[in-house]
Amino acid sequence: MSATTSAPESVHVDEVDGSLSAGFRDYTARVRGGELGALPAVLALLTLVLIFTVLKGSVFFTTFNFANLITQSATIIVISMGLVFVLLLGEIDLSAGYAAGTAGAVLAVSLTLHGWPVWASLLACIVTGVFIGVFIGVIVARLGIPSFVVTLAMFLGLQGLMLLIIGDGGTIGVADPFILSIMNGNMSPVAGWILCLIVVLSYIGSTYFALMRRKRAGLITQSISVWAVKGIALAVLLGGATFLLNQERSRNPELTSIKGIPYVVIVILVLLVGLTFLLQRTAFGRHVYAVGGNAEAARRAGISVANIRIACFIFCSTLAAVAGILFASKDNSISPSTGGSTTLLYAVGAAVIGGTSLFGGRGKIRDAILGGLVVAVIQNGLPLITDKSGIQFVVTGIVLLVAASVDALSRKRAQSSGRA
Amino acid sequence: MTPPDSGQPLLSLSKVNKSFGAVHVLRNVDLEVRLGRVTAMVGDNGAGKSTLIKAIAGIHAFDSGTYLYEGESVNVTDPKQANALGIEVVYQDLALCDNLDVVHNMFLGRELKKGVVLDEAEMEQRAVTTLAGLSVRTLKSVRQNVASLSGGQRQTVAIARAVLWNSKLVILDEPTAALGVAQTEQVLKLVRRLADNGLAVILISHNMNDVFEVADDIACLYLGQMAAQVHRSDVTHGQVVELITAGRSGDLGLPREPSTAGAVA
Repeated sequence: MSATTSAPESVHVDEVDGSLSAGFRDYTARVRGGELGALPAVLALLTLVLIFTVLKGSVFFTTFNFANLITQSATIIVISMGLVFVLLLGEIDLSAGYAAGTAGAVLAVSLTLHGWPVWASLLACIVTGVFIGVFIGVIVARLGIPSFVVTLAMFLGLQGLMLLIIGDGGTIGVADPFILSIMNGNMSPVAGWILCLIVVLSYIGSTYFALMRRKRAGLITQSISVWAVKGIALAVLLGGATFLLNQERSRNPELTSIKGIPYVVIVILVLLVGLTFLLQRTAFGRHVYAVGGNAEAARRAGISVANIRIACFIFCSTLAAVAGILFASKDNSISPSTGGSTTLLYAVGAAVIGGTSLFGGRGKIRDAILGGLVVAVIQNGLPLITDKSGIQFVVTGIVLLVAASVDALSRKRAQSSGRA
Repeated sequence: MTPPDSGQPLLSLSKVNKSFGAVHVLRNVDLEVRLGRVTAMVGDNGAGKSTLIKAIAGIHAFDSGTYLYEGESVNVTDPKQANALGIEVVYQDLALCDNLDVVHNMFLGRELKKGVVLDEAEMEQRAVTTLAGLSVRTLKSVRQNVASLSGGQRQTVAIARAVLWNSKLVILDEPTAALGVAQTEQVLKLVRRLADNGLAVILISHNMNDVFEVADDIACLYLGQMAAQVHRSDVTHGQVVELITAGRSGDLGLPREPSTAGAVA
């Protein structure tokens, strides 16, 4: 036995690089070195789904609930995507929840009370987000006040501003069919399959061309088999999700038929692809990571650290404004509590659970989706098991704490193995 | 091997001054740096070495004095301007981003693009070529994060980044301070190779052995003033140490204070 355990060193000398097993070994080596990537979030998601299915499968694992999960998590996911930008810098935005509420209030008031056309109201909503971001960003980046304090002040200030915008009425309804359809409408099953096909094909195509470009340039590439496995996995996953969402999920199909992919999935997909492209493939994105990793090095490399900071706060608040539109669509209204209570904390939690580091420099847009789904599964599944709402907070708190510990431990591990 | 010091210097500073508030850090400093030569800049802590290179690199601007580059008067107030002139600085703390890989660090702030998209393949190729040109064989992969590199490897990446841009003047701030014997030797060879490739090199160092091993010229700062700029072959180890600690050595260095000068006369 001891003879075989000491042997591997000599056995692995001439391993075929680029094979599937080499790709797998490379991945396990990275995970052991502390580069966990999406692994903890995916494991958490699978574990939670498994637990709820075993305990209350008849209610939890239904197609109705599956679609429900998506709309429940959508607002948290979008706010969380924005938070990824500021978390990448090692900053925080505590006001993102109320930025969503305030932008939503602008949307509702202009649309319902002042009768603006939809496009103008949507524009006003987004502009509100941009403006809030500019305000926070300039104060943080130019005056050098810690973002924690600035956004804490904004957290209070925006709450007040929102009340002022909404006025004495309390709740303002939103009745525009376009806005309501975002969270409540579904694509036709055929359109859903087309969307699924487009996403899978463009993923496979773009990664294949990237692979070929590197090969032509004579650089080391990921093996074709690893690429194929990833492509097939994505196709199976998305195909399965599309199939489930295309099932009839109305309790009374004769009366109203509910099936298809919710429209909000398109919004999230567009944001995922667009923002991932921005962070991973453009100089701006590279600079965001650089500022988060070592702001002084970035400054000396000629990067305008202040501008990058301002831009990230703008992204955060603008995405919060997009979430404000989703809130209006989901609740058919905007009330003074929209974007309040646990919204922001769940969004920060989602980013961290997904794998974005609170210390800056590490994180991806997809983390927001994975983490947002974990948070939504807890919110959605626990009430089926227990009617004590306190337990829901306790469990979410524990999951967040575990995620933060995974982050801290993997950082330590990464430092000792030099992969930080 | 080393070109003569006649002809026009690449960089020529005369009577430059720099103050931070009430502290007069640089006082009427003159400096000449020529292509193909390693100019060692020595001086005790607080002599103004770091301030001088930061001003050359455009991080702080000089308060007064002339800054001639390739014979032309330039006003460098921004690191990008210095980069555009072909001036690159490798700082003591290297200024690398641990969370980015070698290629990303080498191109940080000056990424190659195809349209708006980063041209990763081209950047990786050029990084590999540059590292090969410097005979660097110690890196396992240019796609590993900088955090995983040893001190010598990090220094190598920082120097490679500096020569990537057809630079003419490379300023190295104590490149060997934190390195072991073998790694120091490697980095000094790299420094010599830069000068032999025709670049002008300013090497800041506290280590006299390093200075006498690679430098052609030695510029000695003393309390914010240029005590002397001499050829290595014209001075001894002891004289340089005297210049560093006292500001003068025999006929070399700063004039004596009027009072003491009078007493001696």
